[in-house]
Amino acid sequence: MSPETLCIIWFIILIVLLIGYAILDGFDLGVGIIHPFVAKTDRERRLVMNSIGPLWDGNEVWLVTFGGALFAMFPNAYASIFSAFYIPFVLLLFALIFRAVSLEFRSKRKSPFWRNFWDILFFFGSTLAAFLFGVAVGAVMQGLELSELGDYQGTLFDMLSGFSIAVGFFTVALLAMHGAIYLYLKTEGELQQRLFTWMKGTYYLYLTLFVLVTLWSIFFVPASLQHFGDYPILWLVPILNIIAITNIPRAIAKHKPMYAFLSSCCTISALVFLFSAALFPDLLPASNNADFSVTIYNAASSTLTQKIGLIIVAIGMPMVLSYTILVYWTFRGKVQLDEGSY
Amino acid sequence: MDVVLLSRLQFAFTIMFHYIFPPLTIGLGVILAYLETRFYLTKKPVFALASQFWTKIFVLNFAIGVSTGIVMEFQFGTNWATYSRFVGDVFGSALAAEGIFAFFLESGFLAIVAFGRKKVSAGLYLFSMYMVALGSIFSSIWIVVANSWQQTPAGHHIVDILRPGTAPDGSLEMMPWIVDGVVQRRAEIVDFMTMVLNPSTVQRLSHVLLGCAAVGGFFVLSISAYYILKDKHHEFARHSFNGALLFSLAASLGLGINGHTQAQNVYRYQPAKLAAFEGHFETGTADLNLIGWPNAREERIDFDISIPGGLSFMVFDDFTFSKQVVGLDRFRPEDRPPLIIPFLSWRVMVGLGGLMIGLCSLGLFYNTKKQLAEKRFLLWTFVFAIGFVMIANQSGWVAAEVGRQPWTVHPPVVWNESGNDLVVAADGLYQYDESLGLRTSNSFSTAVSVEEAKTSLILFSILYLALLAVWIMVLDRKIRIGPEPLPEVSASEGSGVAAAAAARQHARLSDKEQDKGGAS
Repeated sequence: MSPETLCIIWFIILIVLLIGYAILDGFDLGVGIIHPFVAKTDRERRLVMNSIGPLWDGNEVWLVTFGGALFAMFPNAYASIFSAFYIPFVLLLFALIFRAVSLEFRSKRKSPFWRNFWDILFFFGSTLAAFLFGVAVGAVMQGLELSELGDYQGTLFDMLSGFSIAVGFFTVALLAMHGAIYLYLKTEGELQQRLFTWMKGTYYLYLTLFVLVTLWSIFFVPASLQHFGDYPILWLVPILNIIAITNIPRAIAKHKPMYAFLSSCCTISALVFLFSAALFPDLLPASNNADFSVTIYNAASSTLTQKIGLIIVAIGMPMVLSYTILVYWTFRGKVQLDEGSY
Repeated sequence: MDVVLLSRLQFAFTIMFHYIFPPLTIGLGVILAYLETRFYLTKKPVFALASQFWTKIFVLNFAIGVSTGIVMEFQFGTNWATYSRFVGDVFGSALAAEGIFAFFLESGFLAIVAFGRKKVSAGLYLFSMYMVALGSIFSSIWIVVANSWQQTPAGHHIVDILRPGTAPDGSLEMMPWIVDGVVQRRAEIVDFMTMVLNPSTVQRLSHVLLGCAAVGGFFVLSISAYYILKDKHHEFARHSFNGALLFSLAASLGLGINGHTQAQNVYRYQPAKLAAFEGHFETGTADLNLIGWPNAREERIDFDISIPGGLSFMVFDDFTFSKQVVGLDRFRPEDRPPLIIPFLSWRVMVGLGGLMIGLCSLGLFYNTKKQLAEKRFLLWTFVFAIGFVMIANQSGWVAAEVGRQPWTVHPPVVWNESGNDLVVAADGLYQYDESLGLRTSNSFSTAVSVEEAKTSLILFSILYLALLAVWIMVLDRKIRIGPEPLPEVSASEGSGVAAAAAARQHARLSDKEQDKGGAS
């Protein structure tokens, strides 16, 4: 295997990990975003939280593994990206901590003040995390001002462009819709009725922002379509994406939530793919000098390490998939409360 | 304060906070696996009761451990970008392996353990418990591998970073990456298994796992001693106490034995670190200091009470008490670790380790004589001992990490042929090969400003202290409620709560009315 091929394989593995994270923790975050609005009573709120109770923790591991893989396989990219997004990532960590501890602490006391407090923090943490992921994606697509070593030269406010903030809101809307569809699958009765409206509402919000962000990237972010001329086959992805997006309201209207959920998973995958295609072969483009861009080739680890990594993935991933399936199978169906619940 | 110091403080604070939880989950995980096995084989309800109780506490600790753990992974990149570029090839691989092999296993099966008792068969439940315990141990393995590689690097080489570039003849080829005239270098794996099993991995991993076992054991001892004192949950408390006592004694004894050989290993690979632990300045026969205060400026120990030749004996198992031990005087001032922190934290760890063995032995003595319940002072000591066991764990890590300074990747030391001294330069001082290590002062993120580092440190401090308070509050409540969900008790308690709430509500209303009355 040539070094270039290895770099591309690892780039693809990173995309897969990111898609896994975005789909799986995406619905956890989405559930958090709509939580205080759709669930009115304490029982409903517990149902909402327990719908992701056994799953969020494992879903978050996709992010941890993505980070570990980036660190190991493209150390320069890991170093440049994480130190560039210093404050946003610190806030992201806080958001993820808020989400985790609110789930864990909320049911530990009966007092309404206590429970409301954690409800708000759960919403806040989930929303902030989704927003910051979006901001980071937007900022990376636009590129950052880097030194020759790959260190970020600007300030926090330089990276907060209109585009990156728009992608932030777009991500919140996307995950809210994804979470609403997931919750619709997991609930029944009055709560589910209410979610029906929420699925539609978040869908139209998502659609509006999708159109906005798409136009914005096509016209003002030159990287977004850079490879489409050379590889027309890439057009397949946005076309499939649009089919998936139009499928969602159809499936909702026909009361086929599983179908809607799969469509929502497809649109998330397509978006992550388009993001990666816009970057390729960069991992962090330098806006000031293309030679300073951190790419999958100049940021890569040694060939031996990348091969060892492939062996680890070959041994590890089948195991990971097997127990992920086991867990999702165990907790299939509508969520119910028992003494083990939050 | 500069970014290096702020980043070091933040790393120290966040890792110390995080490290409250993994030892609890690893230690409790093993105990839970044992309890579930006993329950599976005997079907005695006391084991199910105990297991369910500890599982709840386990899950609580686990959630905080997970969420504060991600912080650690992110911080290598956010605060230590230069370090990450230097070690990513090696160190990052261990972290990636941890994610794939340990975290998925742990979190996946934890879902079944925490939420799925009614949803899966007894066999699968037991299997899940094993997998959770195994996952948490795997995680400790990979992280200790990564850390041990920093201390005693092996299985790698340090080479120029090669990048695609244009050669003078115009062809594209890999060439060294030069920035501002400096050739960029990094560590790359040469032999993965040698990297994993570097010279200190096994020793340090055993020590970490035994430390975790002690935390788990003493945690159970603490809560069950409390129940014995309060005369609650009889059968549960007795069973838990007896089991945990033996477990903790074994762990504490193991820590002592393993700690001794580990210290010898530290001397071989990081002699400056051991010299700082022991406050050993002058190369030669070394005394074992028992009481004293290190005086870095005058290079001696004030108020010194020592065993003559004691350190020579400890380092070499030398019964002549006379062999030469390399002291801090072999190292240049800029190559020496700080003195006070390693010296003190090392003593705290060793001292508390000794007390743990003593306490467990005493407990066992009275327990076999069936007099334990009367020894209320001893039981209260057990209630609070967990705090000291945690301090011992933390101070061990503080000693190890501060003792590693001024390096993030410790360069190798070269011994002479007889192994009694380092190969020194002409001035009599040891000259580290700087190109084979990395200094802490060169490891930080240059993209981060002082303000940013300060902001994050303050925010982390506030958040974690609040988290600590809530955790203790919730834990305290869980312990007070205890393991027995007796229906009649909880019913009366429920109505009690409701009645109290109603009374409070009533009081509040009448207060308001009074306020109104007062205002008008």
